[in-house]
Amino acid sequence: MAKQATRITVNGKSHARVVEARLTLADFLRHDLNLTGTHLGCEHGVCGACTVLVDGRSARSCLMFAVQANGCEVTTVEGLSPDAGLSVLQQAFVDNHGLQCGFCTPGMLITLTELLRDNADPTEQEVREALTGNLCRCTGYAGIVKAALDAAQRLRDGSGA
Amino acid sequence: MKPAPFDYHAPRQLKEAAELLATLPNAKILAGGQSLVPMMNFRYVMVDHLVDLGHVDDLRGIAVIDGHLRIGAMMRQRDLETSPELARHCPLVAEALRHVGHRQTRNRGTIGGSLAHADPAAELPAVCLAFDATLHLASIRGLRAVPFREFTLGFMATALAPDEMIAAIELPIWRPGHGFGFHEFARRQGDFALGGAAALLDLGAGGVVRRAALALFGTAEQPVRVDAAEAALTGKTVDSRAIHAAAAAAWLIEPISDIHAGAEYRRHLAQVLSARALVDAARRAGVDI
Amino acid sequence: MGAKHFGARVKRLEDPALLAGRGRFVDDIKLPGLLHACFLRSPHAHAMVRDIDIRPAMVVAGVHAVLTAADLPDPMDRMPIPMLTPNPAIATPRTQTVLARDEVCYVGQPIALVIADSRYIAEDAAAAVTVDYDVLAAVGDCRAGIKDGAPRAHSDLAANVIAHFPLAYGDVDAAFAGAAHVFEEVLWQHRGGGMAMETRAVLASHDPVSDVLTVWSGTQTPHLGRGTLADLLNRNIESIRMIAPDVGGGFGPKAIFYPEEAAIPAAALKLGRPVKWIEDRREHFLCATQERDQYWDMAIAVDADSRILGLRGRMLHDSGAFVPWGVIMPYIAAVTVPGPYVVPAYRLETIVVLTNKVPTTPVRGAGRPQAVFAMERLLDRVARELQLDRAEVRRRNFIQPEQMPYPVGLLFRDGKPLVYDSGDYPKGQQTALTLAGYQAFRERQRAAREQGRLIGIGIGNYVEGTGLGPFEGVTVRVLPSGKIAVATGATNQGQGTRTTLSQIVAEQVGCRLEDIVMTIGDTAAIAQGVGAFASRQAVNAGCSAQLAGEAVRKQIIALAARTLGVNEDDIDLEDGQAVATTGNKPMVPFGELARLAQGIPGVSLPAGQAAGLEHTAYYTPAQAAYCSGTHVAEVEVDHMTGGVKILSYTVAHDSGRVINPLIVDGQVQGGVAHGIGNALLEWMQYDDNAQPLTTTFADYLLPMATDVPTCAIAHVETVNPLNPLGVKGAGEGGTIPAPAAIIAAIEDALSPFNVHFAETPLTPERIVAALRAAGAYERLQSA
Repeated sequence: MAKQATRITVNGKSHARVVEARLTLADFLRHDLNLTGTHLGCEHGVCGACTVLVDGRSARSCLMFAVQANGCEVTTVEGLSPDAGLSVLQQAFVDNHGLQCGFCTPGMLITLTELLRDNADPTEQEVREALTGNLCRCTGYAGIVKAALDAAQRLRDGSGA
Repeated sequence: MKPAPFDYHAPRQLKEAAELLATLPNAKILAGGQSLVPMMNFRYVMVDHLVDLGHVDDLRGIAVIDGHLRIGAMMRQRDLETSPELARHCPLVAEALRHVGHRQTRNRGTIGGSLAHADPAAELPAVCLAFDATLHLASIRGLRAVPFREFTLGFMATALAPDEMIAAIELPIWRPGHGFGFHEFARRQGDFALGGAAALLDLGAGGVVRRAALALFGTAEQPVRVDAAEAALTGKTVDSRAIHAAAAAAWLIEPISDIHAGAEYRRHLAQVLSARALVDAARRAGVDI
Repeated sequence: MGAKHFGARVKRLEDPALLAGRGRFVDDIKLPGLLHACFLRSPHAHAMVRDIDIRPAMVVAGVHAVLTAADLPDPMDRMPIPMLTPNPAIATPRTQTVLARDEVCYVGQPIALVIADSRYIAEDAAAAVTVDYDVLAAVGDCRAGIKDGAPRAHSDLAANVIAHFPLAYGDVDAAFAGAAHVFEEVLWQHRGGGMAMETRAVLASHDPVSDVLTVWSGTQTPHLGRGTLADLLNRNIESIRMIAPDVGGGFGPKAIFYPEEAAIPAAALKLGRPVKWIEDRREHFLCATQERDQYWDMAIAVDADSRILGLRGRMLHDSGAFVPWGVIMPYIAAVTVPGPYVVPAYRLETIVVLTNKVPTTPVRGAGRPQAVFAMERLLDRVARELQLDRAEVRRRNFIQPEQMPYPVGLLFRDGKPLVYDSGDYPKGQQTALTLAGYQAFRERQRAAREQGRLIGIGIGNYVEGTGLGPFEGVTVRVLPSGKIAVATGATNQGQGTRTTLSQIVAEQVGCRLEDIVMTIGDTAAIAQGVGAFASRQAVNAGCSAQLAGEAVRKQIIALAARTLGVNEDDIDLEDGQAVATTGNKPMVPFGELARLAQGIPGVSLPAGQAAGLEHTAYYTPAQAAYCSGTHVAEVEVDHMTGGVKILSYTVAHDSGRVINPLIVDGQVQGGVAHGIGNALLEWMQYDDNAQPLTTTFADYLLPMATDVPTCAIAHVETVNPLNPLGVKGAGEGGTIPAPAAIIAAIEDALSPFNVHFAETPLTPERIVAALRAAGAYERLQSA
């Protein structure tokens, strides 16, 4: 089967590659671009470990082919991290024990980034509903929910501290 | 779980997409991919060609035309969910969309994809059935209009020809002030429903039912209109007793049975959720129940 | 001086890298020349393998090799994987070979291995291999497996029962004969899995220059894995290095040794290139080991005041097709039943049955949830029949704190008599009940019923043996840079091992947390190790860290005192410096002391001075450390749909001294999530032919954020008198009594309908069926 030329902007940087059509966006990010922060937990679109932003919207990168993202802007967890230190959301995860093994965490961060962008003052229920597309097997979600609400507060305060 | 090899095509025009679908062997439409790609990853589905409709602008858009809400098949579920036109004219669909999958799947999933996939537990086919929607199907032979009752043919089977795709969905708009109700039961949020009911009520003076529509999903092999319930309600004053009597007609549906739920339970849910959806519809139409 | 790090809510050292997406899981590791593997697996639960035709696979472009059992090196081609937990009670201790030769005994058992340029190509090739099977009858249910005329799970084994052991103490018959009341229960808990978010993964690479075979594996037990691999390759153990890098969740299934952990290294050796295998989720559903799948027939004898006189029963345990972890799990279940209660007489007959499903080995809880479920449901039954409050019945039967240490009368799986070392069960229950607002619940329930809402409350108590041996090791060494190097055989799959051990070492040695450089889960870093399972690391590795840290502390002080010319009593260790407390307070940094400790080439060290500043401790616990706790669940049931919502969840948790409350709370909360899953959602279903029916996350339901409330957690710390830290394990307590508490709460919510449940998962469908059978819907119709 013929390979396809594709150009995808990832975390602000443009990448032109020739890829097999069947190469998933997740594998493209992880292996062609060496951005291994996006993880594969199920490859059938339930666990959310592979969640990235495509043109600003959360999407399961295991259910997209790299060629579908041609011309798109993709943000991965690496793109959420400042050069030095941690973002407000990431720091909130540290302060509230929002991760244990860390495997689901990049997907959680992406989903919460979208949530907090669209809703600066979510209720706990809204946070939980937003997270149903991301499974965690370690934390029982409490720390993640606390971190999300804490980060929302800090962002509203503009404190970022 | 990596898919088998295929060739990928990204047409920009509906005509081009129709030609590709007609001429390429073992070709399938790629809409949102939220149902198709998992099956490809499992290798349950193996295609030689994927025709991605994601760049066909003609297939997007939502507009009111002649008392109908016309929706392009490639409208992303998330865009529909947040559409002011949908909320104003067909709030039942907006309500249903909140139960469809998760934010991530709604960001990519499309209304056309959901209807073509025809999962018996899916919400969108049921609400389209409640509205007696008309689907506009496109192929190299042109466009043809199919009423929704004639579109779903059985378990995950539709009237689409192998080289045909859904281009647009038309929902006739109910009178402003109409009541709608939507209830589903799933094991977890966003899961496929083990049962669900979508109801529309148009009430006249004194709470008399001018028109009723009740569609069930997750119960049978395809979404079902409960004609007997609708007939039982039409012309009657809507109250709790009338609703529960009408909902009992859901018991007559022949349910499916699988590892998630057996037939008896699905039948039971159908009746319970029908009543709840009709009660909500009546309340929204202004009747105090 | 108060503790600075021990007991503090220290933020985790592991977090920043993981949050930035810079974790290093097996699939993140790239090596030059890497090849990718895919296993060909049996689609049948039981079959003879007549022929494997690999030729169509060999011609696929990008394929480097297709290996079957015959292609594996000696002795791995024929030798069954060694079982590490032998028990004379096991009649046929059967484990699988690395690749099946003649017979396959569960769906998913590996038969062949394809190595290719990419996983995509390897899957293409695997699909092209044709296998000729003679399909045999399969045992799909252990109850069917023990009947006369049942199919054979293994064609050469006449009996499917591979172990049958009684556990007993006291005069059970007399207890039942003289009892005021005897109640019986039939209970059932079906299979579930650990279902970590990261699937299994193995990467192997052989360096021909050093002849070291390095294996990265998503394992909980790299030292044990290395030992088993050395046996299977008949290779010098020192020439194998096994590393558990970042691992995305363990929960038990990753503690055992899997065939893939041998096949992939064998392939790397054979091809002379690194080979990586990343399990996909479908494989994980088929091949990762599972838990529960037990059928219990129990009876309880009580006096007129609800005091337990005796317990007896029979438990049937579905072992699956092999016994890689022996009969540990059913054994643990059998001895856990008495729990925190005085049970004067006890007899349980345990029957372990082979079936053609994937093996059962410990998954979070390890048999205890089933035992606790049995005991707690029996006590609820007593309460209901005698019309007593359920908390009161438990109170009357508790072992009192004055009775510690309390010998139960059985041998625990650690090989020692089951003696609870410490615990205050009445206090635990009272703490949980108070926190949960139990006293006021009946009023809450009444008020809810007036609104048409059915809410209920349930209690679950447990005692859990943790901190199991044989040992774990920690090395502490001061480096010339001033950093403190720590190495341990303990591993990390999310429990924060690095952080908790750093807290202990920093406390002892007097350095800053950030000065510790720790190597975890690497067999090259420390000679001996065991790994993570049975909530053992806080005790074993924690105490080793304590002992090693203490020893190095003494060495630092001695050398600093000599160097600074002061008494040892006048030395303080603070933030990586040794400071004299007298005179003009001279100080010397640790790094300089480390250099001095190396001495001068050719010159003898002063008398009494050891070489370097370093110590390795291998703590060996004398017996298990017994945790306990009480869970209280409050639920709401929609009696029309059978839907259950957990309104609140309260835990009183005793895991001894707490090293890091942040981490322990996280373990409890995470454990409760597994418990909720076990109670309501998770169900590995098989058909009668042992074909797995739930093999995706759409069919096997894990709890979501909307399913797990934030728990209210109270710590009750009864110090473990048997180890230097006073700690006990904390990883599984959240899971163990959850099904008991939740099912009890559901039953309580539905008490107007008088329905009874003794199974998990308890699905909405089964709730509705029970209500229908009890006439609930007819009654409601006519109301």
